[in-house]
Amino acid sequence: MSQVIKIHASKDFKARSLDALNDAGHRKNFRGAMDFLQAKRSAQFTDREALETLRDLGSHIRRYSLAHLPRLLEQLEKNLIANGVQVHWAENADEANAIALGIARRANATKVIKGKSMVSEEVEFNHAMEAAGIEAFESDMGEYIVQLANEKPSHIIMPAIHKTKEEIARLFAEKIPGVAYTDNVDALIQIGRQVLRRKFAQADIGLSGVNFAVAETGSLCLVENEGNGRMCTTVPRIHIAITGIEKVVEKLEHIPPLVSLLTRSATGQPITTYVNIISGPRKPDELDGPDEMHLILLDNGRSQAYADLQLRATLQCIRCGACMNHCPVYARIGGHAYGTTYPGPIGAIISPHMLGLESTYPLAFASTLCGACNEVCPVKIPITDMLVRLRNEAQARPGTTEATLRGSGAGRNTLVGLIWRGWALMYSRLQVYKLSSWFMSRGRVLSPTEQGAWTRSRTPLIPAPKRLRDLFKEKR
Amino acid sequence: MSARDRILGKLRAAPVADDIPPMPDVKGWYATHTRTENRQERVQRLRAALEAVHTEVYDTTLDNWHTVLLDILASKGLKKLLIGTGTAHGAQLEALQPPGLDIVRYAQPISQWQDILFDETDASLTLARSAIAETGSMVLWPSPSEPRLMSLVPAVHFVMLDVTTIHSDLHAAMRDEGWAGQLPTNALLISSPSKTADIQQTLAYGAHGPRELVVLLRHPTGETA
Repeated sequence: MSQVIKIHASKDFKARSLDALNDAGHRKNFRGAMDFLQAKRSAQFTDREALETLRDLGSHIRRYSLAHLPRLLEQLEKNLIANGVQVHWAENADEANAIALGIARRANATKVIKGKSMVSEEVEFNHAMEAAGIEAFESDMGEYIVQLANEKPSHIIMPAIHKTKEEIARLFAEKIPGVAYTDNVDALIQIGRQVLRRKFAQADIGLSGVNFAVAETGSLCLVENEGNGRMCTTVPRIHIAITGIEKVVEKLEHIPPLVSLLTRSATGQPITTYVNIISGPRKPDELDGPDEMHLILLDNGRSQAYADLQLRATLQCIRCGACMNHCPVYARIGGHAYGTTYPGPIGAIISPHMLGLESTYPLAFASTLCGACNEVCPVKIPITDMLVRLRNEAQARPGTTEATLRGSGAGRNTLVGLIWRGWALMYSRLQVYKLSSWFMSRGRVLSPTEQGAWTRSRTPLIPAPKRLRDLFKEKR
Repeated sequence: MSARDRILGKLRAAPVADDIPPMPDVKGWYATHTRTENRQERVQRLRAALEAVHTEVYDTTLDNWHTVLLDILASKGLKKLLIGTGTAHGAQLEALQPPGLDIVRYAQPISQWQDILFDETDASLTLARSAIAETGSMVLWPSPSEPRLMSLVPAVHFVMLDVTTIHSDLHAAMRDEGWAGQLPTNALLISSPSKTADIQQTLAYGAHGPRELVVLLRHPTGETA
């Protein structure tokens, strides 16, 4: 069941993108899914004024929360501890997994059932558990399918979006003992339900993510449709929640606007089936709920984004996935081509902080900068500004003030650098510009007819016989 | 130095923005975007939202809710109903001693009867604390008398709701009920039977929680729907 798929975005991104583009079935699955999700979202936001003012409010809450992040994290910790929750801090994936393993070992736990958590994907939790002899089982239907297929999620909200029902039917028939082929979706879901119900009852630990953490009450807020998140946080004797340090808000009243933006932007639902606000383990007089509850707060590069006032906006993200649902690049290449836990526009701007620019810089170039992501982002992250900044960081000369991130300069290419410097020189000095444009217009016959990718589907670029300034002169 | 101190240290060492936003005015936004409506309109809005996602909604009164419930149980062929302990509605139902219905109380810690709950309990009845019209959400605050799993494990979940407790939106519910000062270990909004669209975006109900959600709207005596 292990999911150790080590992918290096920088090495293989173009090759994987090409493979995805040439796979007609894959293209059709993603196009259909993106159209579906776009239409669902759009139907939820019919009142333009309400949408825009709510986005302003959502953005304001996230920016306020980040401006006070260290204070809010301490307040959250204090109130969680007062509520009986044990709080742990992890600087990186290894530390987060070691904390979870320590909890499991102390409790002699052998089975973990997991709710949907992208942070657990980010730290490769399943692999770390299995390496230590602990079974980690996914319970979200999409994650369960992806785990059975030994793959990674291709979308942060709908992990198995790349698969058809027929593919899932074949997978179930092959991997689940006693299951015959059926591509009836209701039947497939009931098969998953039966398998996973036993797992909830047998698990020692339930692992969940967190959508929002509320500092003033010491609460974790989780949204979901299936009920597996509630199972994971209620049935096993230990509940471990894992989240990035950026997910905290100060007030409980900050939750309603953010939840409303999240569920409508993500899947076009006015609300998910369950909104689950957890403020502590089972009390002595209660009859169910976990005896023990833990929260792991993970940095894993987020503090690098935080240290930069422009890139800090990356941490406003509430993980709705709307940016990928509306991205013309994501819609064509799908999630796996990115090679990172978080794909799409949000993946391109958050992954460099987690993994370093050296392995992720090509993702910043996988965008037309059309700005669709900016328009739909419920918390108004200027994603294209971030992409341009990361492109510059990738090209920056190491050691200069332009190189501020881990791996800055990793995409630096001397020839490209020279061409752009020449370009900048030409356009900033009038005499140089005059002279070069004179030579270009007079030497136009020397223009190559084969101009790489440009001429694959376009006519070659050839300078005009007369420059604009020449035409003006003639008109005078 | 601990991981905690190092993380907080890095965050504290980060530059401070020139334009730190003030505390967001959440109340102000809702003041201009909360619908003004009477109770009947609010009930209608709640019902429409619930029915849009496969939830059955029935009108009852304080006097006849048990009759309506027993009729639905019979029509669905349900023979076992889980109730809480020490609740007025549970006691009312038990006093009726309905023939053919096994009424079970959630009276012991889950570890002592987990298999029975998971394998042999078809339906449950809980009372909602309140509800939210905008999203068609039942507000449940599980407690020792009506624990968390009552609304999750049985295949059919009946929720009774007093129509006088419906709020316009979640913000109003939190504000008017003073949630921030008194949250229980688990507070829930439930807005449909459990569902998923994880297989080819096809909506299917009954993923891991209840396959059916049945809401009994309890109107005050003498009032009709």
